[in-house]
This record gives sequence, C-alpha cells and structure tokens, in this order.
Amino acid sequence: MGAQLRVYKRRIRSVSATKKITKAMEMIAASRVVKAQRKVAASTPYATELTRAVTAVGTGSNTKHPLTTEAENPTRAAVLLLTSDRGLAGAFNSNAIKAAEQLTERLEREGKQVDTYIVGRRGVAHYNFRERVIAESWTGFTDEPTYADAKKVAAPLIEAIEKETADGGVDELHIVYTEFVSMMTQTALDARLLPLRLDEVAEEAAPKGEILPLYDFEPSAEDVLDALLPRYVESRIYNALLQSAASKHAATRRAMKSATDNAGELINTLSRLANAARQAEITQEISEIVGGASALADATAGSDR
Amino acid sequence: MAAELHVELVAADRQVWSGEATLVVARTTSGDIGVMPGHQPLLGVLESGPVTIRTSEGGTVVAAVHGGFISFADNKLSLLAEIAELSDEIDVQRTERELERAKAEGDAAAERRADVRLRAAAAR
Repeated sequence: MGAQLRVYKRRIRSVSATKKITKAMEMIAASRVVKAQRKVAASTPYATELTRAVTAVGTGSNTKHPLTTEAENPTRAAVLLLTSDRGLAGAFNSNAIKAAEQLTERLEREGKQVDTYIVGRRGVAHYNFRERVIAESWTGFTDEPTYADAKKVAAPLIEAIEKETADGGVDELHIVYTEFVSMMTQTALDARLLPLRLDEVAEEAAPKGEILPLYDFEPSAEDVLDALLPRYVESRIYNALLQSAASKHAATRRAMKSATDNAGELINTLSRLANAARQAEITQEISEIVGGASALADATAGSDR
Repeated sequence: MAAELHVELVAADRQVWSGEATLVVARTTSGDIGVMPGHQPLLGVLESGPVTIRTSEGGTVVAAVHGGFISFADNKLSLLAEIAELSDEIDVQRTERELERAKAEGDAAAERRADVRLRAAAAR
C-alpha cells in the first residue's frame, strides 16, 4: 500500500473514533435534557404557589420589609452568575459570562459596587484567569441541581442583603442565568431578584386581573413575609439552576450534533481522497508494467536481428 | 355530600399529594390549625410536624412536613413545604437509625426531622 493511502486510512480511522464519541455524548445530552425539563416542570407548582403567597402578603398588607423596599441610594449590588462545570456546550458559558459582564458594567456605571457570586467551574475559571474578585463560588452540582444546592447558594446571598450596606451588605441582588426557551433556543438573561418588584410578581401570579382574597395571617403578616421571602429567593434560584442545567444539556446536544455531522463530512471527503489515491496507485502500477513490458519487447526485438 | 376542599401538598421539587378533602389539620407556629371547607382565607407559617388530611372518601393521609406554608382561599388549600413525605413513603427503620445518630451527634434539627417522620409514620 502506498504511503499516501496509508495516511488517509489512518485519518479516517481517527475521525470515525471521534465521531463515535461525539455521537454518544449527543445521545447522553439528549436524554439529560428531557430529565432536566421534567425537573423544571416538577418544581413549577411550588414556585407558582409561593409566588401567589408572596403577592398575597405584599398586596394584602402594608408591611415594610428590607427585601421589598428599595434602598434610597443603592451603592452595592450582588450578581449571581450561573455557568456549568463542564464545557463542550458551544457558546453556552461564554454567553452567560458575557451577559454577566454587561450587567456588571451597567451597574458600575450607575455607581454601584458589584460583588460577584458564581456557580459552575467554567465561570470561576474565567474570573480567576482574569484575576477578578469572586465573593463566593459553588461547583460540582450544575448538571443535576437539587433544592439543597439552591438553599446553599441562596443562604449567603440572603445574609448579604439583610446586612446593612455599611457592614458589607448589598442593596440589590441580580441573577444571570440561561433561560430554557426550547430545544433549539436558550437565552442568557439577567433579572433582578431583590428588592422585589411586587407589581411585577403580582402580574406573574394573576395575569388576568384576578383579585386576591383578604388573607388572615398566621401569626402575623410580618412574620409570614419574613419566612416567605427567603423561600421565594431560594425557589427562584432553584428554578434558575434547573433552567441553566436544561439549557446546558441542550447546548451540549447541539454542539455534539454538529461535531458528529462535521466528522461525517470529513470522513466522506477523506474516503474520496483515499479512493483517488488508491486508483492513482493502480494506474501507475499498470503503466509501469505496460511500459516495462514494451521496453522488454523492444529490447528482445532488437537482439534478434 | 359533605362540602369539600381541594388540597395540594407540594414540596420544592415535586407535587406530593393532591385531591379532595373534608378536613386538614396542620401545625403552624402559633399552634395546630384545622381547616374545613369555607374557612376564611388564611396564610400561615408551618412548623415541622405531621399534617393530617381527611379525604372525602373517608380515608386519612398523613404527611411529614418540614417547614413551609399553608395557604387557603376559594376552597383551595395549598401546603408548601421544602421537604414533605407521605407517611407510607417513610422507612421507619431507617428513620429510627437516623434519630439515634442525630441524638448521638447532638444534631437538634436532624433529631426533630426524624421525630416528625416517626410520628407521621405512627399515625398512618
């Protein structure tokens, strides 16, 4: 076998191996998207009921709470960025990071100091490489987040917002995550979690202008709100974590699908080149034989005479 | 037919139970409260404790609920809990082991959780 043909054969083998791997990763990601979507759906009843309850307290009483009142002069803000632990997901992480950077820039223009909290190894690596300060980070659960993980993430954030700004607390809490719109579309977006905009929450809970009943609070409206708001933040963070996980798997699936397609194309091109090389080799051999034979025939014809 | 109320018992990551009931007894921070159809709209903070639901078929559903909220309006009752388990989902032996371990380690929160689970399992 000719040297060129051997090289082609070797490349085809290695590309097919890669194709097998990316195909497997695509299928794993596809099954995980479905699982993650199911988890998002399973967490929805809790989130809707909680939103309803928050609206009920917020609109049904005149309670003032640090988590719902806007600071007159906000000077510090916390940004929670949700990325993934693993890459191979196309632009998933860079989109989220870009959105977080834009948000940070905007907040800084408004004269606020920004504390960054990060979930996921990719985001942490990005910030560490640029030697930026991270207030706190969590890794290791982005593929399948549980409610306990959301609680773990929410705890220091709630603590920071309850503290006075002068003592290192924050006035605002923003979250940057990737919304799972559909299998094909995932958008990185930022949202302000706290202070709560009650009118916005109310719209979400009762979009048809439904009037909420006058509740009897047990033990009191303040206590209920005190207990509700941290849970509300946790549930929002949980939902964001789940959506990010679903988006990440969808992005992986898409990236792996195009990798598989590209590998298939490459294999096609390479096998055509290999065929051409083989054919060229055969042609050359034939012409060598024919040439040799006729040279021999010429030589013997000459010696006869 | 007795009046009914619709009950949704939801945990943070799933819906635990939903159906029609005639009476729901839960423990709020200011004491046990029983809700029957037609109750005044109510929003309360739940303590860890067993929740008893008397279903309209005459059966009883007991669940261990660890913190959360009870909200009632328009004959719809929602029980929101971070963690909630039905009594038949609770593994008594495992919980007893957990209780012992929590006692040995002096973990008051874990001890209370295990205790609530056992009480819910005993009430089934």
